[in-house]
Amino acid sequence: MRETSAPHPNPLSAARGEGAPSRFGEFWRAYAQNRGAVAGLLIVGALIALAIGADVIAPHPPHEQYREFTLAPPVWHAGGSLRFILGTDPVGRDILSRLIHGTRLSLLIGAISVAISLTLGAVLGLVAGYFRGLVDTAIMRMMDVMLALPSLLLAIAVVAILGPGLVNAMYAIAIVLLPHYVRLTRAAVLAEAPREYVTSSRIAGAGALRLMFATILPNCAAPLIVQATLGFSNAILDAAALGFLGLGAQPPTPEWGSMLASALEFIQRAPWVVTFPGLAILVTVLAFNLMGDGLRDALDPKLRRSTA
Amino acid sequence: MARSATRPSDVISRSARDEQRGGVSRKRGRRVSAERPALLEARDLARHYRVSRGYLRGHAIVRALDGVSFTLAEGRTLAVVGESGCGKSTLARQVTMVEAPTSGRLLLDGIDVAQAGANARKRLRPDVQMVFQNPYASLNPRRTVGALLEEPLVIQRRGSAAERREAALAMMAKVGLRTEHYGRYPHMFSGGQRQRIAVARALMLRPRLVVADEPISALDVSIQAQVLNLLLDLQQELGVAYLFIAHNLQVVRHIADDVMVMYLGKAVEQGPKEAIFAHPRHSYTRALLASTPSLRRSRPTRI
Amino acid sequence: MNELVVIEDLHVDFGTRARPLPAVEGLDLSIGEGEIVGLVGESGSGKSVTALALMNLVDFPGRVRVRRMSFAGRDLARIPDRERRALAGRDIAMIFQDPLGSLDPCYTVGYQLGEAIGLHGHADERVSAAARRERALALLREVEIADPAARLSAFPHQLSGGMAQRVMIAIAIAGRPRLLIADEPTTALDVTVQAQVLALLMRLRRERGMALLLITHDLAVVAETADRVVVMYAGQVMETGAVPTIFDAPLHPYTQALLDALPEHNLDRARLRTIAGVVPGAHDRPSGCLLAPRCAFAVDRCVAERPGIGAFGDATVRCHFPLGAR
Repeated sequence: MRETSAPHPNPLSAARGEGAPSRFGEFWRAYAQNRGAVAGLLIVGALIALAIGADVIAPHPPHEQYREFTLAPPVWHAGGSLRFILGTDPVGRDILSRLIHGTRLSLLIGAISVAISLTLGAVLGLVAGYFRGLVDTAIMRMMDVMLALPSLLLAIAVVAILGPGLVNAMYAIAIVLLPHYVRLTRAAVLAEAPREYVTSSRIAGAGALRLMFATILPNCAAPLIVQATLGFSNAILDAAALGFLGLGAQPPTPEWGSMLASALEFIQRAPWVVTFPGLAILVTVLAFNLMGDGLRDALDPKLRRSTA
Repeated sequence: MARSATRPSDVISRSARDEQRGGVSRKRGRRVSAERPALLEARDLARHYRVSRGYLRGHAIVRALDGVSFTLAEGRTLAVVGESGCGKSTLARQVTMVEAPTSGRLLLDGIDVAQAGANARKRLRPDVQMVFQNPYASLNPRRTVGALLEEPLVIQRRGSAAERREAALAMMAKVGLRTEHYGRYPHMFSGGQRQRIAVARALMLRPRLVVADEPISALDVSIQAQVLNLLLDLQQELGVAYLFIAHNLQVVRHIADDVMVMYLGKAVEQGPKEAIFAHPRHSYTRALLASTPSLRRSRPTRI
Repeated sequence: MNELVVIEDLHVDFGTRARPLPAVEGLDLSIGEGEIVGLVGESGSGKSVTALALMNLVDFPGRVRVRRMSFAGRDLARIPDRERRALAGRDIAMIFQDPLGSLDPCYTVGYQLGEAIGLHGHADERVSAAARRERALALLREVEIADPAARLSAFPHQLSGGMAQRVMIAIAIAGRPRLLIADEPTTALDVTVQAQVLALLMRLRRERGMALLLITHDLAVVAETADRVVVMYAGQVMETGAVPTIFDAPLHPYTQALLDALPEHNLDRARLRTIAGVVPGAHDRPSGCLLAPRCAFAVDRCVAERPGIGAFGDATVRCHFPLGAR
């Protein structure tokens, strides 16, 4: 049976030609319809601003210990003061300042882990999906093995090999996230590679490299972007878990997870030392998830529409 | 066929082609020097696929192309007619060198494509281009019209950026697109306009043969007429040959010089179009002609 | 002839209330008992949307306004939803362009047929599985599928395009409908299969007295099967008339231009006659006649004033200067 001809013409899309809005304009309109997504975007924007301006915004240096004010309560408790709005930790460091500086670390961890994972994963997925056969099998079986191991255990194993520390924690997280990007890219490549515009480029003389990276990859971008945004929150959670276990950021680095770990014993006596880092993680992860969901909703129908 | 006056775009393609021809040897010289071999010649072209019948049940062989022979001269149009499963899409893939044939010979300008090495095929590529059926899937949605038209030139490394842009704009004018369309994306155009973009893109490398795989089937009736006229005009102007795959016999009648009817991988009848339409000899050809709805008859005849 | 379907002044709009995008504008349509009406038009003409409006399938953000939409005497716009749903499945049935896309790939043909029979068949068929199976076999035989018993347990992906379309027709006629709407039923099929499916539809009309609304862009198909033709352009009806008169002597310039563009009417010419320009988009609908920017005969009045529908004997035409009346 021959291919179906033009798709059922949507009255809205008939002869759009002149005066059509830009691609970004269309995308933004679709994205802004989801209020949660916009809220997520605003929060992420605020976090980025905090991270960039941490030195200026934070009232105290993050490592400065105020020995007279250990375990001071937040400003709304009895005994609290405006000097330490969210209170201080067991060695007298201002929690608010540490949280703000911790934003920088968390965003950095998320960005770098995701960047490494995304790049490597996209390349592997492209190669697997384009060449198929033995290469495909080898890569995917390797990814299956990685997926079979619980992600946290895998991260711990990697850090155990490389040694504790923030940078090694980033590598570990990148490795843990890798299989998801490979599978996602490979699935997208399998869907796009047989399409006619790819054959058209091949007939024009394009070689494998150009076909993979210049022709196919940009059309697989949408699911990757969504996964990357959601992966951000995964990375932050994993970093916090590693930090909590003492395998990630080492004290006195103000990373939220390790802040949680060092304060656990005070959960009864001075709950604010534990609560606020936990809240920070919660808000950040939630914001990235909302943003990622909004991106997926905005990019998906558009993808369908423009490649229908 | 008269060629239009020299333009920068012509300079790009012509010098590149001269470069290619210089290094290519003719394998057969059986003709007198004044005559050249046909542009495209197929002899017993076959393409088989091995399809697994399931676990432990061995393989079946699908004979998508089962021994097809034809010739196509420079500047002429050969229409390939048939229904689904007849092998016309497989034939398109063989001629555009996307796949290699299982057996038989495919001679492009006298050179056997199947036997030739990868380098020879690479040199031949610009001479054969393709226009696809589905205008909604054959253009990269992430590229602007200008980028789409310039891409073949970029891939083949022809001309500077300025020359490529000029060539793209010239081709756009030829197919009836406006200058302001240069920076737009495919999804902003109608089916007919996209097909014009596809035709323009196919012609950027000044190919000698364009394989058109049902280029107008997915379009409205009045747009079909426009695009068909465009194809005819471009053939007049550029002297390009068409391998025109279609299932609509009325369209074939209008554009073809020769017709080849395919059924289940074989060419059951071929010849000049007047002969095929006036005196169809094979029963399948007659069946096709009988089933084609027409405004002249009152009721269809059953097969 | 009894009028089975009467639609008066149908409007379907998309977009917002502030800036509506009309898909169908002021459509009048009637279908008689057992009549085959061809609804012809190009992309954006509104022919598919009309059928969807009749079947109550136009969803938000589409808005349907109609003065009267009656089926067998009952105004569909005014009866309760439940009744309308029952009517839509049983007395009016619809088949679509892509048969393989319209069948559920997870269930067998027998299951899907049985579902239709169970919903819309006679009382005994609704209850007894054996009766349903009997009816299913009878339906498959009626649509000329060989070896119906084997086909009952087949899945849609195992069928060819033509066979899938026959299954679709079988499902559609399970409820013994009085009207079958076919939206481009043969466009995706090969030409020999198309001929068979069209012959099947004609036979069903003859044997069951079923009316048929055939929606297509293929004038030749309509010329061979329809009794009457309705030509639409950009959401409006341009001309209606009986076959073959409408093709021998069209009244509207658009109909004439469509006929002129067919390759079979251009055998003597190298280049085909075309209609210049494109269908008006959502944002540039002319305030006068919709065809004026592209019509070879347009004059000032055509640009300024939108023509209404006028009657010419049995035919109707929306043009200030119909071709026949020159």
